[in-house]
Amino acid sequence: MYSDKVMDHFANPRNVGVIPDADGTGQVGNPVCGDMMTFTIKVDGDRLADVKFQTFGCGAAIAVSSMVSEMAKGKTLAEAKAITNDLVAEELGGLPKNKMHCSNLGADALHEAIKDFEDKRAGRATRAAAGASAHEHEGESCACPYCDTALEEEDKTVCRACRIEFEECPACGGITKKGDAKCIHCGAPTAKPA
Amino acid sequence: MTSVYLDRIAATPLLAEVREAMAPYLGEAFGNPQSLHAAGRRALEAVDEAREDVAALVGARAADIYFTASGTEANNFAVKGLALGQQAKGRHIVVSAIEHSSVLNSVKALEKQGFISTRVPVDAAGRVDPADVEKALTPATVLVSVMTANSEVGTVEPVAEIAAFCRPKGVLVHTDAVAAAGSIPLDVETLGVDALSLAGDQFYGPKGGAALFVRKGVRILPLVDGGIQEAGRRGGTENVPAIVGLGRAARLAARDMTLRRDALTPLRDRLLEELPRRIGHVLVTGSRTERLPYHASFCVEFVEGEAMLLSLDMQGIAASSGSACTSKALKASHVLLAMGLDHATAQGSLVFSLTDAAAGGDVDRLLEVFPPVVDRLRRMSPLWTEHLKKGGS
Repeated sequence: MYSDKVMDHFANPRNVGVIPDADGTGQVGNPVCGDMMTFTIKVDGDRLADVKFQTFGCGAAIAVSSMVSEMAKGKTLAEAKAITNDLVAEELGGLPKNKMHCSNLGADALHEAIKDFEDKRAGRATRAAAGASAHEHEGESCACPYCDTALEEEDKTVCRACRIEFEECPACGGITKKGDAKCIHCGAPTAKPA
Repeated sequence: MTSVYLDRIAATPLLAEVREAMAPYLGEAFGNPQSLHAAGRRALEAVDEAREDVAALVGARAADIYFTASGTEANNFAVKGLALGQQAKGRHIVVSAIEHSSVLNSVKALEKQGFISTRVPVDAAGRVDPADVEKALTPATVLVSVMTANSEVGTVEPVAEIAAFCRPKGVLVHTDAVAAAGSIPLDVETLGVDALSLAGDQFYGPKGGAALFVRKGVRILPLVDGGIQEAGRRGGTENVPAIVGLGRAARLAARDMTLRRDALTPLRDRLLEELPRRIGHVLVTGSRTERLPYHASFCVEFVEGEAMLLSLDMQGIAASSGSACTSKALKASHVLLAMGLDHATAQGSLVFSLTDAAAGGDVDRLLEVFPPVVDRLRRMSPLWTEHLKKGGS
Protein backbone atom coordinates (compact mmCIF):
# COMPACT_ATOMS: atom_id res chain seq x y z
CA MET A 1 0.00 0.00 0.00
CA TYR A 2 2.82 2.44 0.90
CA SER A 3 6.06 2.92 -1.04
CA ASP A 4 9.39 1.93 0.55
CA LYS A 5 10.21 5.61 0.89
CA VAL A 6 7.02 6.27 2.85
CA MET A 7 7.73 3.31 5.12
CA ASP A 8 11.30 4.49 5.65
CA HIS A 9 10.14 7.96 6.70
CA PHE A 10 7.47 6.42 8.89
CA ALA A 11 9.90 4.05 10.60
CA ASN A 12 12.74 6.59 10.87
CA PRO A 13 11.18 10.02 10.79
CA ARG A 14 13.62 12.91 10.45
CA ASN A 15 13.45 16.09 12.52
CA VAL A 16 10.82 15.04 15.06
CA GLY A 17 10.30 17.46 17.91
CA VAL A 18 9.61 21.02 18.91
CA ILE A 19 12.15 23.87 18.69
CA PRO A 20 11.89 25.50 22.12
CA ASP A 21 12.55 29.12 21.03
CA ALA A 22 11.10 28.79 17.54
CA ASP A 23 10.91 31.77 15.19
CA GLY A 24 7.70 30.47 13.65
CA THR A 25 5.02 27.91 14.44
CA GLY A 26 2.44 26.40 12.13
CA GLN A 27 -0.32 24.01 12.98
CA VAL A 28 -2.86 22.45 10.64
CA GLY A 29 -5.48 19.75 10.75
CA ASN A 30 -7.28 18.42 13.76
CA PRO A 31 -7.84 15.02 15.31
CA VAL A 32 -11.32 14.78 13.78
CA CYS A 33 -9.88 13.85 10.40
CA GLY A 34 -7.08 11.84 11.90
CA ASP A 35 -4.20 14.15 11.16
CA MET A 36 -2.74 17.09 13.00
CA MET A 37 0.69 18.53 12.31
CA THR A 38 2.79 21.11 14.08
CA PHE A 39 5.88 22.63 12.50
CA THR A 40 8.39 24.84 14.31
CA ILE A 41 11.15 26.66 12.44
CA LYS A 42 14.35 28.48 13.29
CA VAL A 43 15.34 31.13 10.75
CA ASP A 44 18.88 32.35 10.19
CA GLY A 45 18.92 35.36 7.87
CA ASP A 46 16.85 34.15 4.97
CA ARG A 47 17.35 30.46 5.56
CA LEU A 48 15.56 27.74 7.53
CA ALA A 49 18.35 26.81 9.93
CA ASP A 50 16.19 24.20 11.61
CA VAL A 51 12.79 22.60 11.05
CA LYS A 52 11.04 20.27 13.45
CA PHE A 53 7.62 18.65 13.38
CA GLN A 54 5.16 16.73 15.47
CA THR A 55 2.35 14.72 13.93
CA PHE A 56 -0.72 12.94 15.20
CA GLY A 57 -1.83 10.78 12.33
CA CYS A 58 -1.44 7.80 10.08
CA GLY A 59 1.68 6.43 8.47
CA ALA A 60 1.30 8.70 5.46
CA ALA A 61 0.88 11.80 7.63
CA ILE A 62 4.04 11.03 9.60
CA ALA A 63 6.04 10.26 6.45
CA VAL A 64 4.79 13.44 4.75
CA SER A 65 5.80 15.65 7.69
CA SER A 66 9.19 14.00 7.88
CA MET A 67 9.74 14.49 4.14
CA VAL A 68 8.61 18.12 4.26
CA SER A 69 11.00 18.83 7.13
CA GLU A 70 13.87 17.25 5.23
CA MET A 71 13.04 19.10 2.01
CA ALA A 72 12.78 22.45 3.82
CA LYS A 73 15.78 22.32 6.13
CA GLY A 74 18.58 24.59 4.92
CA LYS A 75 16.46 26.12 2.17
CA THR A 76 15.74 29.84 1.77
CA LEU A 77 12.28 30.97 2.78
CA ALA A 78 11.38 31.47 -0.89
CA GLU A 79 12.54 27.96 -1.77
CA ALA A 80 10.64 26.47 1.16
CA LYS A 81 7.49 28.30 0.14
CA ALA A 82 7.81 26.71 -3.30
CA ILE A 83 7.51 23.21 -1.79
CA THR A 84 4.15 21.99 -3.00
CA ASN A 85 2.01 19.10 -1.95
CA ASP A 86 2.61 17.39 -5.27
CA LEU A 87 6.37 17.68 -4.87
CA VAL A 88 6.19 16.06 -1.43
CA ALA A 89 4.09 13.19 -2.70
CA GLU A 90 6.44 12.76 -5.64
CA GLU A 91 9.52 12.69 -3.40
CA LEU A 92 7.84 9.97 -1.34
CA GLY A 93 7.38 7.81 -4.42
CA GLY A 94 3.65 8.49 -4.50
CA LEU A 95 0.86 8.13 -1.95
CA PRO A 96 -2.37 6.14 -2.11
CA LYS A 97 -5.17 8.28 -3.55
CA ASN A 98 -7.12 8.46 -0.32
CA LYS A 99 -4.02 9.66 1.54
CA MET A 100 -3.22 12.57 -0.78
CA HIS A 101 -4.85 15.01 1.62
CA CYS A 102 -2.09 14.16 4.12
CA SER A 103 0.44 15.60 1.71
CA ASN A 104 -1.62 18.79 1.53
CA LEU A 105 -1.37 19.17 5.28
CA GLY A 106 2.41 18.76 5.41
CA ALA A 107 3.30 21.61 3.09
CA ASP A 108 0.51 23.74 4.56
CA ALA A 109 1.89 23.35 8.07
CA LEU A 110 5.35 24.40 6.94
CA HIS A 111 3.95 27.40 5.06
CA GLU A 112 1.95 28.39 8.14
CA ALA A 113 5.13 28.36 10.20
CA ILE A 114 6.90 30.57 7.64
CA LYS A 115 3.94 32.92 7.54
CA ASP A 116 3.96 33.10 11.34
CA PHE A 117 7.65 34.05 11.23
CA GLU A 118 7.09 36.68 8.54
CA ASP A 119 4.13 38.13 10.40
CA LYS A 120 6.18 38.40 13.56
CA ARG A 121 9.08 39.99 11.68
CA ALA A 122 6.71 42.51 10.13
CA GLY A 123 5.18 43.22 13.51
CA ARG A 124 1.77 41.98 12.49
CA ALA A 125 -0.54 40.26 14.93
CA THR A 126 -0.09 36.57 14.46
CA ARG A 127 -2.68 33.91 14.67
CA ALA A 128 -0.81 32.33 17.52
CA ALA A 129 -0.83 35.63 19.42
CA ALA A 130 -4.51 36.05 18.70
CA GLY A 131 -5.05 32.76 20.43
CA ALA A 132 -6.22 30.89 17.38
CA SER A 133 -5.48 27.24 17.22
CA ALA A 134 -6.56 24.49 14.91
CA HIS A 135 -9.09 23.35 17.49
CA GLU A 136 -10.76 26.66 17.58
CA HIS A 137 -11.34 26.89 13.91
CA GLU A 138 -13.58 23.91 14.07
CA GLY A 139 -16.57 26.10 14.66
CA GLU A 140 -15.89 28.25 11.63
CA SER A 141 -17.66 27.35 8.48
CA CYS A 142 -14.82 28.29 6.15
CA ALA A 143 -12.74 25.16 6.62
CA CYS A 144 -13.50 21.47 6.45
CA PRO A 145 -14.08 20.34 10.02
CA TYR A 146 -12.39 17.04 9.23
CA CYS A 147 -9.12 18.14 7.63
CA ASP A 148 -9.14 21.92 7.95
CA THR A 149 -8.77 22.47 4.21
CA ALA A 150 -10.42 25.75 3.22
CA LEU A 151 -13.78 25.17 1.58
CA GLU A 152 -14.49 26.75 -1.80
CA GLU A 153 -16.47 29.97 -1.63
CA GLU A 154 -18.93 28.84 -4.24
CA ASP A 155 -19.52 25.33 -2.91
CA LYS A 156 -19.29 24.75 0.79
CA THR A 157 -21.17 21.45 0.65
CA VAL A 158 -18.14 19.36 -0.20
CA CYS A 159 -14.48 19.29 0.87
CA ARG A 160 -12.18 19.05 -2.13
CA ALA A 161 -9.46 17.35 -0.05
CA CYS A 162 -11.36 14.61 1.70
CA ARG A 163 -14.45 14.59 -0.56
CA ILE A 164 -16.84 14.61 2.37
CA GLU A 165 -20.26 16.12 1.77
CA PHE A 166 -21.58 18.56 4.33
CA GLU A 167 -24.71 20.13 5.58
CA GLU A 168 -25.40 22.87 8.06
CA CYS A 169 -26.25 21.77 11.57
CA PRO A 170 -29.77 23.02 12.35
CA ALA A 171 -28.76 23.67 15.97
CA CYS A 172 -25.39 25.47 15.85
CA GLY A 173 -25.08 26.37 12.15
CA GLY A 174 -21.68 24.70 11.92
CA ILE A 175 -20.76 22.56 8.96
CA THR A 176 -21.06 18.88 9.69
CA LYS A 177 -20.97 15.73 7.67
CA LYS A 178 -24.06 14.97 5.63
CA GLY A 179 -25.88 11.87 6.80
CA ASP A 180 -24.28 11.77 10.25
CA ALA A 181 -26.76 11.40 13.07
CA LYS A 182 -25.11 14.03 15.27
CA CYS A 183 -23.43 17.36 14.58
CA ILE A 184 -19.70 17.04 15.23
CA HIS A 185 -19.59 20.47 16.87
CA CYS A 186 -22.55 20.53 19.21
CA GLY A 187 -23.78 16.95 19.20
CA ALA A 188 -27.30 17.96 18.24
CA PRO A 189 -29.16 15.42 16.13
CA THR A 190 -29.02 16.37 12.44
CA ALA A 191 -30.76 13.38 10.92
CA LYS A 192 -34.38 13.82 10.01
CA PRO A 193 -36.50 12.35 12.77
CA ALA A 194 -38.04 9.05 11.87
CA MET B 1 10.67 -12.85 12.92
CA THR B 2 7.83 -14.69 14.60
CA SER B 3 4.49 -13.68 13.20
CA VAL B 4 1.57 -13.17 15.52
CA TYR B 5 -1.90 -13.08 13.97
CA LEU B 6 -4.42 -11.16 16.07
CA ASP B 7 -6.88 -10.14 13.36
CA ARG B 8 -9.53 -12.82 13.46
CA ILE B 9 -12.27 -10.31 12.65
CA ALA B 10 -10.64 -9.84 9.22
CA ALA B 11 -10.12 -13.51 8.45
CA THR B 12 -9.55 -16.85 10.14
CA PRO B 13 -7.18 -19.49 8.82
CA LEU B 14 -8.77 -22.46 7.10
CA LEU B 15 -8.62 -25.56 9.33
CA ALA B 16 -6.83 -28.50 7.72
CA GLU B 17 -9.90 -30.66 8.29
CA VAL B 18 -12.05 -28.09 6.48
CA ARG B 19 -9.66 -27.89 3.57
CA GLU B 20 -9.67 -31.69 3.29
CA ALA B 21 -13.46 -31.79 3.26
CA MET B 22 -13.48 -29.19 0.47
CA ALA B 23 -10.74 -30.75 -1.65
CA PRO B 24 -12.85 -33.29 -3.62
CA TYR B 25 -15.25 -30.49 -4.64
CA LEU B 26 -12.37 -28.52 -6.10
CA GLY B 27 -11.38 -31.64 -8.01
CA GLU B 28 -13.16 -34.71 -9.26
CA ALA B 29 -16.50 -33.93 -7.54
CA PHE B 30 -17.26 -30.92 -9.70
CA GLY B 31 -20.91 -31.69 -10.46
CA ASN B 32 -23.76 -29.20 -10.37
CA PRO B 33 -26.10 -30.01 -7.47
CA GLN B 34 -29.08 -29.34 -9.70
CA SER B 35 -28.11 -32.07 -12.19
CA LEU B 36 -29.95 -35.34 -12.20
CA HIS B 37 -26.93 -37.57 -12.88
CA ALA B 38 -24.50 -39.15 -10.44
CA ALA B 39 -22.04 -36.23 -10.52
CA GLY B 40 -24.86 -33.84 -9.69
CA ARG B 41 -26.22 -36.07 -6.95
CA ARG B 42 -22.83 -36.25 -5.28
CA ALA B 43 -22.62 -32.48 -5.14
CA LEU B 44 -26.20 -32.19 -3.89
CA GLU B 45 -25.54 -34.66 -1.08
CA ALA B 46 -22.56 -32.60 0.02
CA VAL B 47 -24.62 -29.38 -0.02
CA ASP B 48 -27.43 -31.04 1.92
CA GLU B 49 -25.00 -32.33 4.52
CA ALA B 50 -23.49 -28.87 4.92
CA ARG B 51 -26.98 -27.43 5.36
CA GLU B 52 -27.59 -29.87 8.22
CA ASP B 53 -24.32 -28.88 9.89
CA VAL B 54 -24.96 -25.15 9.60
CA ALA B 55 -28.52 -25.60 10.87
CA ALA B 56 -27.26 -27.59 13.86
CA LEU B 57 -24.82 -24.82 14.79
CA VAL B 58 -27.69 -22.38 15.38
CA GLY B 59 -30.46 -24.79 16.37
CA ALA B 60 -32.39 -24.36 13.12
CA ARG B 61 -34.10 -26.66 10.63
CA ALA B 62 -31.90 -27.44 7.62
CA ALA B 63 -34.68 -26.28 5.28
CA ASP B 64 -34.48 -22.79 6.81
CA ILE B 65 -30.79 -22.26 5.91
CA TYR B 66 -30.00 -20.34 2.70
CA PHE B 67 -26.42 -20.22 1.49
CA THR B 68 -24.95 -16.90 0.41
CA ALA B 69 -21.53 -15.73 -0.74
CA SER B 70 -20.73 -13.57 2.30
CA GLY B 71 -22.00 -12.22 5.57
CA THR B 72 -22.61 -8.96 3.75
CA GLU B 73 -24.86 -10.71 1.24
CA ALA B 74 -26.72 -12.48 4.04
CA ASN B 75 -27.34 -9.12 5.74
CA ASN B 76 -28.47 -7.50 2.48
CA PHE B 77 -30.75 -10.45 1.80
CA ALA B 78 -32.25 -10.30 5.29
CA VAL B 79 -32.79 -6.56 5.59
CA LYS B 80 -33.96 -5.90 2.04
CA GLY B 81 -35.76 -9.20 1.53
CA LEU B 82 -37.67 -9.06 4.82
CA ALA B 83 -38.52 -5.35 4.63
CA LEU B 84 -39.69 -5.54 1.02
CA GLY B 85 -41.59 -8.71 1.82
CA GLN B 86 -43.61 -6.96 4.54
CA GLN B 87 -44.01 -3.52 3.00
CA ALA B 88 -47.75 -3.94 2.61
CA LYS B 89 -47.87 -3.88 6.45
CA GLY B 90 -45.58 -0.92 6.95
CA ARG B 91 -42.31 0.67 5.98
CA HIS B 92 -40.48 1.38 9.22
CA ILE B 93 -37.25 -0.37 10.23
CA VAL B 94 -35.40 -0.22 13.55
CA VAL B 95 -31.67 -0.90 13.73
CA SER B 96 -28.95 -0.25 16.28
CA ALA B 97 -26.45 2.55 15.68
CA ILE B 98 -23.54 0.10 15.62
CA GLU B 99 -24.70 -2.33 12.94
CA HIS B 100 -22.28 -3.43 10.23
CA SER B 101 -22.25 -1.25 7.12
CA SER B 102 -23.97 -4.04 5.17
CA VAL B 103 -27.03 -3.58 7.42
CA LEU B 104 -26.86 0.22 7.64
CA ASN B 105 -26.35 0.67 3.92
CA SER B 106 -29.13 -1.80 3.10
CA VAL B 107 -31.39 0.36 5.25
CA LYS B 108 -30.15 3.44 3.39
CA ALA B 109 -31.01 1.78 0.08
CA LEU B 110 -34.50 1.03 1.39
CA GLU B 111 -34.90 4.64 2.50
CA LYS B 112 -34.47 5.66 -1.13
CA GLN B 113 -37.48 3.46 -1.83
CA GLY B 114 -39.60 5.20 0.78
CA PHE B 115 -38.78 3.27 3.95
CA ILE B 116 -38.12 5.13 7.19
CA SER B 117 -35.63 3.96 9.80
CA THR B 118 -34.77 4.59 13.42
CA ARG B 119 -31.26 4.06 14.73
CA VAL B 120 -31.34 3.05 18.36
CA PRO B 121 -28.39 4.35 20.39
CA VAL B 122 -25.98 2.27 22.47
CA ASP B 123 -24.44 2.94 25.88
CA ALA B 124 -20.75 3.56 26.56
CA ALA B 125 -20.11 -0.20 26.45
CA GLY B 126 -21.80 -0.52 23.07
CA ARG B 127 -24.92 -2.22 24.50
CA VAL B 128 -28.36 -1.59 23.09
CA ASP B 129 -31.02 -1.02 25.74
CA PRO B 130 -34.00 -3.20 24.76
CA ALA B 131 -36.31 -0.52 26.18
CA ASP B 132 -35.00 1.89 23.53
CA VAL B 133 -35.89 -0.59 20.80
CA GLU B 134 -39.35 -1.05 22.25
CA LYS B 135 -39.85 2.73 22.37
CA ALA B 136 -38.77 3.03 18.73
CA LEU B 137 -41.45 0.62 17.50
CA THR B 138 -44.40 2.16 15.68
CA PRO B 139 -47.46 0.51 14.14
CA ALA B 140 -45.58 0.75 10.82
CA THR B 141 -42.50 -1.13 12.07
CA VAL B 142 -41.96 -4.33 10.13
CA LEU B 143 -38.35 -5.20 10.93
CA VAL B 144 -35.87 -4.86 13.79
CA SER B 145 -32.23 -5.70 13.08
CA VAL B 146 -29.80 -5.81 16.00
CA MET B 147 -26.50 -7.64 15.75
CA THR B 148 -25.66 -10.57 18.00
CA ALA B 149 -22.21 -9.14 18.72
CA ASN B 150 -20.14 -6.27 17.39
CA SER B 151 -16.83 -7.11 15.76
CA GLU B 152 -15.20 -3.78 16.57
CA VAL B 153 -15.81 -3.71 20.31
CA GLY B 154 -16.76 -7.32 21.03
CA THR B 155 -19.98 -6.48 22.86
CA VAL B 156 -22.74 -9.09 22.82
CA GLU B 157 -26.22 -7.58 22.43
CA PRO B 158 -29.43 -8.56 24.24
CA VAL B 159 -31.09 -9.97 21.12
CA ALA B 160 -33.36 -12.46 22.91
CA GLU B 161 -34.83 -9.72 25.11
CA ILE B 162 -35.50 -7.59 22.04
CA ALA B 163 -37.10 -10.43 20.08
CA ALA B 164 -39.32 -11.25 23.07
CA PHE B 165 -41.42 -8.09 22.71
CA CYS B 166 -41.15 -7.75 18.92
CA ARG B 167 -42.56 -11.09 17.89
CA PRO B 168 -45.94 -10.82 19.69
CA LYS B 169 -46.37 -7.53 17.84
CA GLY B 170 -45.71 -9.24 14.50
CA VAL B 171 -42.44 -7.33 14.01
CA LEU B 172 -39.75 -9.48 12.39
CA VAL B 173 -36.34 -9.67 14.06
CA HIS B 174 -33.08 -10.19 12.19
CA THR B 175 -29.70 -10.54 13.87
CA ASP B 176 -26.33 -10.22 12.21
CA ALA B 177 -24.44 -13.02 13.95
CA VAL B 178 -21.38 -12.90 11.71
CA ALA B 179 -19.02 -11.96 14.54
CA ALA B 180 -20.67 -14.32 17.04
CA ALA B 181 -21.62 -17.51 15.21
CA GLY B 182 -19.19 -20.34 15.81
CA SER B 183 -17.74 -18.58 18.87
CA ILE B 184 -20.65 -18.45 21.31
CA PRO B 185 -23.63 -20.79 21.61
CA LEU B 186 -26.52 -19.57 19.48
CA ASP B 187 -29.97 -21.02 19.12
CA VAL B 188 -32.56 -19.39 16.92
CA GLU B 189 -35.36 -20.65 19.19
CA THR B 190 -33.79 -19.28 22.38
CA LEU B 191 -32.98 -16.03 20.62
CA GLY B 192 -36.45 -15.96 19.10
CA VAL B 193 -35.24 -14.39 15.88
CA ASP B 194 -36.80 -14.72 12.42
CA ALA B 195 -33.52 -14.39 10.56
CA LEU B 196 -29.84 -14.76 11.41
CA SER B 197 -26.72 -14.11 9.29
CA LEU B 198 -23.48 -16.03 9.69
CA ALA B 199 -20.22 -16.44 7.76
CA GLY B 200 -17.82 -19.38 7.83
CA ASP B 201 -14.72 -17.26 7.33
CA GLN B 202 -15.17 -16.09 10.93
CA PHE B 203 -14.82 -19.62 12.29
CA TYR B 204 -12.12 -21.32 10.21
CA GLY B 205 -14.22 -21.92 7.10
CA PRO B 206 -13.46 -20.58 3.63
CA LYS B 207 -14.28 -17.11 2.31
CA GLY B 208 -17.36 -17.29 0.10
CA GLY B 209 -19.28 -19.65 2.39
CA ALA B 210 -21.97 -17.87 4.41
CA ALA B 211 -25.64 -18.35 5.20
CA LEU B 212 -28.89 -16.76 6.27
CA PHE B 213 -31.38 -18.53 8.49
CA VAL B 214 -34.96 -17.54 7.70
CA ARG B 215 -37.71 -18.97 9.87
CA LYS B 216 -40.26 -21.15 8.10
CA GLY B 217 -43.30 -19.19 6.99
CA VAL B 218 -41.58 -15.79 7.03
CA ARG B 219 -41.95 -13.96 3.74
CA ILE B 220 -38.64 -12.85 2.24
CA LEU B 221 -38.03 -11.56 -1.27
CA PRO B 222 -35.00 -12.89 -3.14
CA LEU B 223 -31.97 -10.66 -3.52
CA VAL B 224 -30.61 -12.68 -6.42
CA ASP B 225 -33.32 -13.71 -8.85
CA GLY B 226 -32.61 -16.82 -10.83
CA GLY B 227 -33.34 -20.49 -10.82
CA ILE B 228 -34.60 -22.91 -8.24
CA GLN B 229 -31.45 -22.98 -6.11
CA GLU B 230 -31.95 -22.37 -2.38
CA ALA B 231 -35.69 -22.98 -2.78
CA GLY B 232 -35.94 -20.18 -5.33
CA ARG B 233 -34.83 -17.61 -2.77
CA ARG B 234 -31.25 -17.23 -3.95
CA GLY B 235 -30.51 -18.02 -7.57
CA GLY B 236 -27.12 -19.02 -8.96
CA THR B 237 -25.21 -22.27 -9.13
CA GLU B 238 -24.17 -23.29 -5.63
CA ASN B 239 -20.56 -22.62 -4.62
CA VAL B 240 -20.17 -26.23 -3.59
CA PRO B 241 -16.60 -26.16 -2.22
CA ALA B 242 -17.32 -23.06 -0.10
CA ILE B 243 -20.61 -24.51 1.15
CA VAL B 244 -18.93 -27.80 2.07
CA GLY B 245 -16.19 -25.86 3.87
CA LEU B 246 -18.74 -23.77 5.74
CA GLY B 247 -20.61 -26.93 6.75
CA ARG B 248 -17.50 -28.64 8.05
CA ALA B 249 -16.36 -25.52 9.89
CA ALA B 250 -19.81 -25.28 11.50
CA ARG B 251 -19.67 -28.92 12.60
CA LEU B 252 -16.23 -28.42 14.17
CA ALA B 253 -17.30 -25.15 15.80
CA ALA B 254 -20.28 -26.88 17.41
CA ARG B 255 -18.09 -29.73 18.61
CA ASP B 256 -15.21 -27.62 19.96
CA MET B 257 -16.99 -24.44 21.06
CA THR B 258 -16.45 -24.87 24.80
CA LEU B 259 -12.89 -26.02 24.30
CA ARG B 260 -12.07 -23.02 22.14
CA ARG B 261 -13.81 -20.59 24.46
CA ASP B 262 -11.98 -21.92 27.49
CA ALA B 263 -8.66 -21.56 25.69
CA LEU B 264 -9.27 -18.04 24.37
CA THR B 265 -11.01 -16.36 27.30
CA PRO B 266 -7.95 -16.28 29.62
CA LEU B 267 -5.79 -14.85 26.83
CA ARG B 268 -8.41 -12.20 26.10
CA ASP B 269 -8.70 -11.32 29.78
CA ARG B 270 -4.94 -11.05 30.13
CA LEU B 271 -4.88 -8.56 27.25
CA LEU B 272 -7.81 -6.58 28.62
CA GLU B 273 -6.16 -6.32 32.04
CA GLU B 274 -2.49 -6.02 31.17
CA LEU B 275 -2.50 -3.56 28.28
CA PRO B 276 -4.07 -0.66 30.22
CA ARG B 277 -1.76 -1.52 33.12
CA ARG B 278 1.39 -1.33 31.01
CA ILE B 279 0.42 1.73 28.96
CA GLY B 280 -1.16 4.87 30.35
CA HIS B 281 -4.28 6.41 28.80
CA VAL B 282 -5.57 3.21 27.25
CA LEU B 283 -9.30 2.52 27.44
CA VAL B 284 -10.93 -0.85 26.95
CA THR B 285 -13.75 -0.43 24.44
CA GLY B 286 -16.89 -2.52 24.67
CA SER B 287 -18.42 -4.51 27.49
CA ARG B 288 -16.23 -6.34 30.00
CA THR B 289 -18.88 -8.90 30.89
CA GLU B 290 -20.97 -9.32 27.74
CA ARG B 291 -18.05 -9.92 25.41
CA LEU B 292 -16.95 -12.27 22.63
CA PRO B 293 -14.39 -14.77 23.98
CA TYR B 294 -11.77 -13.93 21.35
CA HIS B 295 -12.04 -10.15 21.41
CA ALA B 296 -9.91 -7.46 23.09
CA SER B 297 -10.32 -3.88 21.89
CA PHE B 298 -8.93 -0.57 23.04
CA CYS B 299 -8.53 3.10 22.34
CA VAL B 300 -5.01 4.36 22.85
CA GLU B 301 -5.13 8.08 23.46
CA PHE B 302 -2.93 10.65 21.68
CA VAL B 303 -1.95 8.31 18.83
CA GLU B 304 -3.64 7.18 15.67
CA GLY B 305 -4.63 3.60 14.86
CA GLU B 306 -3.09 3.13 11.44
CA ALA B 307 0.31 4.29 12.66
CA MET B 308 0.08 1.69 15.45
CA LEU B 309 -0.97 -1.03 12.98
CA LEU B 310 1.97 -0.26 10.66
CA SER B 311 4.38 -0.29 13.59
CA LEU B 312 3.04 -3.61 14.86
CA ASP B 313 3.14 -5.05 11.35
CA MET B 314 6.83 -4.14 11.10
CA GLN B 315 7.30 -6.40 14.15
CA GLY B 316 5.22 -9.21 12.68
CA ILE B 317 2.01 -8.57 14.59
CA ALA B 318 -1.30 -8.34 12.70
CA ALA B 319 -4.18 -6.40 14.28
CA SER B 320 -6.89 -4.02 13.09
CA SER B 321 -8.32 -0.60 13.88
CA GLY B 322 -11.46 1.45 13.39
CA SER B 323 -9.59 4.73 12.96
CA ALA B 324 -10.55 7.09 10.15
CA CYS B 325 -7.16 6.73 8.52
CA THR B 326 -7.46 2.95 8.40
CA SER B 327 -10.76 3.06 6.58
CA LYS B 328 -10.52 3.80 2.89
CA ALA B 329 -13.30 6.35 3.31
CA LEU B 330 -11.35 8.15 6.06
CA LYS B 331 -14.35 8.02 8.36
CA ALA B 332 -13.98 7.49 12.07
CA SER B 333 -15.72 4.37 13.31
CA HIS B 334 -19.46 4.92 13.64
CA VAL B 335 -19.40 2.30 16.38
CA LEU B 336 -16.96 4.19 18.62
CA LEU B 337 -18.67 7.53 17.97
CA ALA B 338 -22.05 5.96 18.82
CA MET B 339 -20.52 4.83 22.13
CA GLY B 340 -19.84 8.48 22.91
CA LEU B 341 -16.09 8.54 22.27
CA ASP B 342 -14.77 11.77 20.75
CA HIS B 343 -13.07 11.76 17.36
CA ALA B 344 -9.54 12.06 18.74
CA THR B 345 -9.96 9.08 21.06
CA ALA B 346 -11.70 7.00 18.38
CA GLN B 347 -8.66 7.58 16.16
CA GLY B 348 -6.63 5.50 18.59
CA SER B 349 -8.82 2.44 18.07
CA LEU B 350 -7.12 -0.94 18.08
CA VAL B 351 -8.65 -4.42 17.93
CA PHE B 352 -6.84 -7.62 18.84
CA SER B 353 -8.94 -10.63 17.92
CA LEU B 354 -7.59 -14.08 18.73
CA THR B 355 -7.76 -17.25 16.66
CA ASP B 356 -7.35 -20.72 18.12
CA ALA B 357 -3.76 -20.65 16.93
CA ALA B 358 -3.02 -17.85 19.40
CA ALA B 359 -1.01 -19.00 22.38
CA GLY B 360 0.12 -17.39 25.59
CA GLY B 361 3.40 -16.57 23.88
CA ASP B 362 1.59 -14.42 21.32
CA VAL B 363 0.00 -12.32 24.02
CA ASP B 364 3.33 -12.02 25.84
CA ARG B 365 4.98 -10.86 22.64
CA LEU B 366 2.30 -8.25 22.03
CA LEU B 367 2.56 -7.01 25.61
CA GLU B 368 6.31 -6.66 25.16
CA VAL B 369 6.28 -5.05 21.71
CA PHE B 370 3.33 -2.72 22.07
CA PRO B 371 4.35 -0.28 24.85
CA PRO B 372 7.46 0.97 22.99
CA VAL B 373 5.37 1.37 19.81
CA VAL B 374 2.92 3.63 21.64
CA ASP B 375 5.75 5.47 23.34
CA ARG B 376 7.49 6.23 20.04
CA LEU B 377 4.32 7.50 18.39
CA ARG B 378 3.37 9.58 21.43
CA ARG B 379 6.73 11.29 21.41
CA MET B 380 5.87 12.34 17.84
CA SER B 381 2.35 13.47 18.68
CA PRO B 382 1.47 17.14 19.22
CA LEU B 383 -1.56 16.01 21.23
CA TRP B 384 0.71 14.18 23.65
CA THR B 385 2.98 17.24 23.97
CA GLU B 386 -0.09 19.35 24.66
CA HIS B 387 -1.23 16.83 27.26
CA LEU B 388 2.16 16.90 29.01
CA LYS B 389 2.20 20.70 28.94
CA LYS B 390 -1.10 20.74 30.75
CA GLY B 391 0.55 18.73 33.49
CA GLY B 392 -0.61 15.30 32.36
CA SER B 393 1.51 12.22 32.66
